[in-house]
Amino acid sequence: MKTHDTKSILLVGVGGQGTILASKILTAGLVAAGYDVKMSEVHGMSQRGGSVSTQVRYGTKVYSPIIGRGQADILVAFETMEAIRYLPDLKPGGKVVVNDYQMPSLPILSGEREYPDNILEELQSKADTLVLDAAAIAQANGNPKSMNVVLLGALIQSLGLQDLDWDTALRSCVKSKFVEVNLRCLDAGMRTAEGDRG
Amino acid sequence: MARQLVTGNEAVARGAYEAGVSFASAYPGTPSTEILENVGTYREITAEWAPNEKVAMEAAIGASMGGVRSMAAMKHVGLNVAADPIFTFAYMGVSGGMVFVSADDPGMHSSQNEQDNRNYAKFMKIPMLEPSDSQEAKDMFRDAFDISEKYDTPVMFRMTTRVCHSKSLVELGERKEFAAIPYVKNRMKNDNVPAVARNLRVKMLERDRRLAAYTNDCPYNFAEYNGSKKIGIVTSGISYQYAKEVFGDSASYLKLGLTNPLPMDMIREFRSNVDTLYVIEELDPFLEEQIRAAGIDCVGKDKIPLVGELNPNIIRKALLDEDVPEILFNRNLIVDRPPTLCAGCPHRGFFYECAKRSDTVMVGDIGCYALGGSEPLNAKDMAICMGAAFSLAHGLDKAFRKSGQDKTIVACMGDSTFFHTGINSLEEVVYNDSHVICCILDNRITGMTGHQENPGTGYSLQGEPATIMDIETIVRSLGIERVRTVNPLHLDDMKAALDWAYREVHEGPVVLITRWPCVLKKLSTEDRREFRPVPAVCTVHHDTCIGCKKCLTTGCPALSFDKYERKVSIDPLQCNGCTVCAQVCPKQAIVKGAKKA
Repeated sequence: MKTHDTKSILLVGVGGQGTILASKILTAGLVAAGYDVKMSEVHGMSQRGGSVSTQVRYGTKVYSPIIGRGQADILVAFETMEAIRYLPDLKPGGKVVVNDYQMPSLPILSGEREYPDNILEELQSKADTLVLDAAAIAQANGNPKSMNVVLLGALIQSLGLQDLDWDTALRSCVKSKFVEVNLRCLDAGMRTAEGDRG
Repeated sequence: MARQLVTGNEAVARGAYEAGVSFASAYPGTPSTEILENVGTYREITAEWAPNEKVAMEAAIGASMGGVRSMAAMKHVGLNVAADPIFTFAYMGVSGGMVFVSADDPGMHSSQNEQDNRNYAKFMKIPMLEPSDSQEAKDMFRDAFDISEKYDTPVMFRMTTRVCHSKSLVELGERKEFAAIPYVKNRMKNDNVPAVARNLRVKMLERDRRLAAYTNDCPYNFAEYNGSKKIGIVTSGISYQYAKEVFGDSASYLKLGLTNPLPMDMIREFRSNVDTLYVIEELDPFLEEQIRAAGIDCVGKDKIPLVGELNPNIIRKALLDEDVPEILFNRNLIVDRPPTLCAGCPHRGFFYECAKRSDTVMVGDIGCYALGGSEPLNAKDMAICMGAAFSLAHGLDKAFRKSGQDKTIVACMGDSTFFHTGINSLEEVVYNDSHVICCILDNRITGMTGHQENPGTGYSLQGEPATIMDIETIVRSLGIERVRTVNPLHLDDMKAALDWAYREVHEGPVVLITRWPCVLKKLSTEDRREFRPVPAVCTVHHDTCIGCKKCLTTGCPALSFDKYERKVSIDPLQCNGCTVCAQVCPKQAIVKGAKKA
């Protein structure tokens, strides 16, 4: 029934992990390339250490700014357990990019629950899944805090958008002193996903 | 000019700029907060944080009476606070155009209810515009001022969370200055004593009739006929985007932008051109009830939920009975991740010491400290709306004393909430003499909405220095003598202050002020002088840690417990050395050290 070619990207993580910067760079690149783009995020209470998500949709003409359950083409999880929380949002046959990085939530910190230890296996058995250690990759490229940009690189490559002008997009969103390290992290993230494809 | 990707809130601010608005006021509240933050970036506009929404609305009304274009912005529940002035201003009409934003929160992402404020526009008999994306938000907001002046009425601009916080592409325009209208005294318009108001009420009904004619010609109400006329959809706001997503070109649309009054002639004509009419709207059957009352048959809330936010899947299921396939997996792998007080949050010390006390009823309020009710602190019984904590506590105290229930009542609210309406609530406690412990959690900023200045912080919205209102001085001036200010991160001091308050409250009202800045606040010069922050981090000596988990009862997200080693660790990235965990450790296993750069 739909006549359009819209792609839906869901970025999820924990408040403070930098999903917003990653989606800002992503949308800057997509807009410059001439796509219609919509992006949606929720502010307020959930930002206080809660689960956060940013939704990005692009194509010739985009209507809804939000992605319904089972409709995301790709799910990028900045934290491991968040990948499984949002798995129902992924389209069957869609792709998961997941950071091998665990942040225990309060029920786990207080000892009431344990951090589930076989999430990656479950993801891999249910969807085309790319696991990466974005913290280590970011560290190796000069700044552990650029984990978000590493994940963005993997996302871009997974969507086949590597030929857009990401250099300009990144420069428009990042302070000049952080540009070089972030460009390295973006490139490293892209190479991780390239290896995955090959 | 190139198109820019902006949120609905940024777009409204741009619309205000292009319309030549001179004055804007608001009280922060999700999802509306960024409107005034963005208006404040235009130097041509005076943008202010008011102490509450009623004051913001009144200030904007005054500016309109003074002859300039003005606006106010608030979240849906803020309009309840501001309802008093605007209901009457709706009788009086404007001088300079006046538009206010009501940002509703279907789904309650960050709110205590999901009231549908479209009902207000009908109740007030004023025009209402509803944008469905950022381009419309900008254009409609700009044009709302023309409607306001032409029809001599305030205009309600109704948005929802998804329109406020979604980004879409917008073509920007230039500012058109609005020539201020010289002030002329006119009591028959502006002095709403009963004799005047009776006349204005009649005039308002005439205006409503003129608007009912205009709405059928308004360019923001339009029909979109596609190949198929089997299905016709009447919709407005974000629901239009969802409907387009689901039905695409397989349906025709009547897209409504001016939704009060409704263009009933247009709806009737559209109905006659389609086989089945769907009304797609979030929350209340606002459109549907009026359409049905006009004798037009339609499908609406008999299929579409009355509760929560819509999305394309819900519409697809409701109207087409189509399910979207989902990946099935082991759901036991999901552990909740509720929002928590941040590592280093000064509220933690307060709630930790309160939680230990039995026979206490804890009354909360709206702000980050709402999280004091969550596990493991679990230190809250109730909360209702902004500024209510002390007045609720007052009523509880009266009830408990009449019925012989022996409980201590502790009520808490933040600094910004105190200035909002909490100050009135405290007057009630003093004037009608209740024995409650009123706590003002002063973290030197409006926290939950993302750090807006308030009357206590010393700065205005646009960064100008402002008079600092001192909370302790205000409290004492109300006639309360039992007042103490304490650093809540020093648990011994916090405990001593509460012990004192629990003793003193038998004699009359007590006020405790906890004073320490929000851990995320960008400190002002005054803050640095007062609090002298030194970057620090806590670490756990694993040879001393006995794994008793006492520190975990503070609910700090920087702490984690290793079940194999049976030791606690602290995440150095999150920790900022507040030492609350160190103070509760029975073995002194947690020590504070310098933070590495």
